[in-house]
Amino acid sequence: MKLKYERPVINKINAGMPDKYGMKVQTKAITEIDGLKISNLIEKFGSPAYVLSQQTIENTFTEVKRAFTNRYPKVQFAWSYKTNYLDAVCRVFHSLGSWAEVVSGFEYRKALNNGVEGKHIIFNGPDKSKGDLILAIEKGSLIHIDHFDELYMIMELTEVLSQRPKVAIRVNMDTGIYPQWDRFGFNYENGEAWNALNRIMLSGKMELVGLHTHIGTYILTPNAYAVAAAKLTDLAVNINRKYNHKIKYIDMGGGFATKNTLKGAYLSGADTCPSFDTYADAITSAIVNSEISPEDLPTLILETGRALIDDAGYLIGTVLANKRLADGRRSTIIDIGVNMLFTSFWYEHEIYPAKETSVHTEDTTIYGPLCMNIDVVRAAIQFPLLQKGDQVVIKRIGAYNMTQWMQFITLRPNIVLIDTKGETHIIRTAETNDTFLQHEKIPDYLIKN
Amino acid sequence: MKIKKNIAISQSGFAFDPNSGDSFSLNPIATEIVNLLKDDKDEQFITSHILEKYEIDEFTFQRNFDDFVQMLKHYQFVE
Repeated sequence: MKLKYERPVINKINAGMPDKYGMKVQTKAITEIDGLKISNLIEKFGSPAYVLSQQTIENTFTEVKRAFTNRYPKVQFAWSYKTNYLDAVCRVFHSLGSWAEVVSGFEYRKALNNGVEGKHIIFNGPDKSKGDLILAIEKGSLIHIDHFDELYMIMELTEVLSQRPKVAIRVNMDTGIYPQWDRFGFNYENGEAWNALNRIMLSGKMELVGLHTHIGTYILTPNAYAVAAAKLTDLAVNINRKYNHKIKYIDMGGGFATKNTLKGAYLSGADTCPSFDTYADAITSAIVNSEISPEDLPTLILETGRALIDDAGYLIGTVLANKRLADGRRSTIIDIGVNMLFTSFWYEHEIYPAKETSVHTEDTTIYGPLCMNIDVVRAAIQFPLLQKGDQVVIKRIGAYNMTQWMQFITLRPNIVLIDTKGETHIIRTAETNDTFLQHEKIPDYLIKN
Repeated sequence: MKIKKNIAISQSGFAFDPNSGDSFSLNPIATEIVNLLKDDKDEQFITSHILEKYEIDEFTFQRNFDDFVQMLKHYQFVE
């Protein structure tokens, strides 16, 4: 019987270790997802393909819900559509009790189509058209006002509409972290937020139901949420004091980090990502320790997106070629490019072989298949000695990649959901050239007879 | 193609170049190939030896061998 082959490799030994924790000895393989072999998934659904695990979504949701409901009596989650608005994914979250959090008319209508009641849709974002606002007001949705122009447009609409709009304002603020997001909503420190609230209350035309903030993204400092929650509760207390009006909810937005490692980070995301309990403790402590009386505690709404779906998503693909760069470094080309892995612009994604490999690795640059210099999935990674045709798995890609993707050079592949019984379902079919022909028009003079 | 005589290589795949002071690690198949080259075996002999011993087709090995030789030249292992 012949021995197992591995391609010959020589690596120069460099003195010193890359960090104080040393190098990992072996790259583990991911051979299956939820008990289904990667090779079988690729055979059935093609390469590359996105794979989503419903079981992981449900486990993560249970974990974050437990962290908050153990500490606070009234908690409501709203699924952040922009993070992943595949209808099947949205419906999984809605089946778990999540409302919808949308940021455009397109997303708003998607939520309605997914069976979400208007009163359970939170409408965020700076771009709400007059038509979008009329629809949202008529459906009784929760409109989070982003700027004064929007506030006055809603006031205008109240002249012609019979329904009283249910509104909140988005508040931006200094929470002690950098960067401070100040492009959305009304500023707390300069008094703009208080001014907006007074205008809403004095108009008498809208029902102020809540206060909203979204302090940033991939927040590694839970205390920033405590600062934000304290500032929102201050506003709530002041409104009650001045107008004897109690707001119904405080919406803390999203922004929880995941275990993905940001580019330039010294330690891996797995070591630095705060737990859901830490976030929950910071937020709920700030609210319960405020001057709001216990019987008037508002509902706490969370629009957590990334942290709920990232772990559930995988990209599976195939090695197209191995090459040498001019300086002798290995370069490996895979069929997954930045067009379908947008988050590779800010994450050092974890990439694994789909079969067991030896301890030997090479310093490798992993490129996608695009004929474009920016198509770099990993600039430098110690990677096993894979051959053309070997399969790879990119882990933790569930957030943003299926919405922020680009149809560029190649077509977008199948997206597969593995349900909790281990059955597979295509939830978005692979694009074909016909997909694009349907939307393109050729002027008559360019059509040859 | 000849490997420099003063390149030392251990059984475990640790190689040392006394001219540059650089150290290298090789996987078992690479170690085997370098030792065959040191014994003045030619490419044809090495290819048939590897194909006989390991689960690999000729085309894949040829690609890998060419790539490996390129790296031996890059690290100045070759006379």
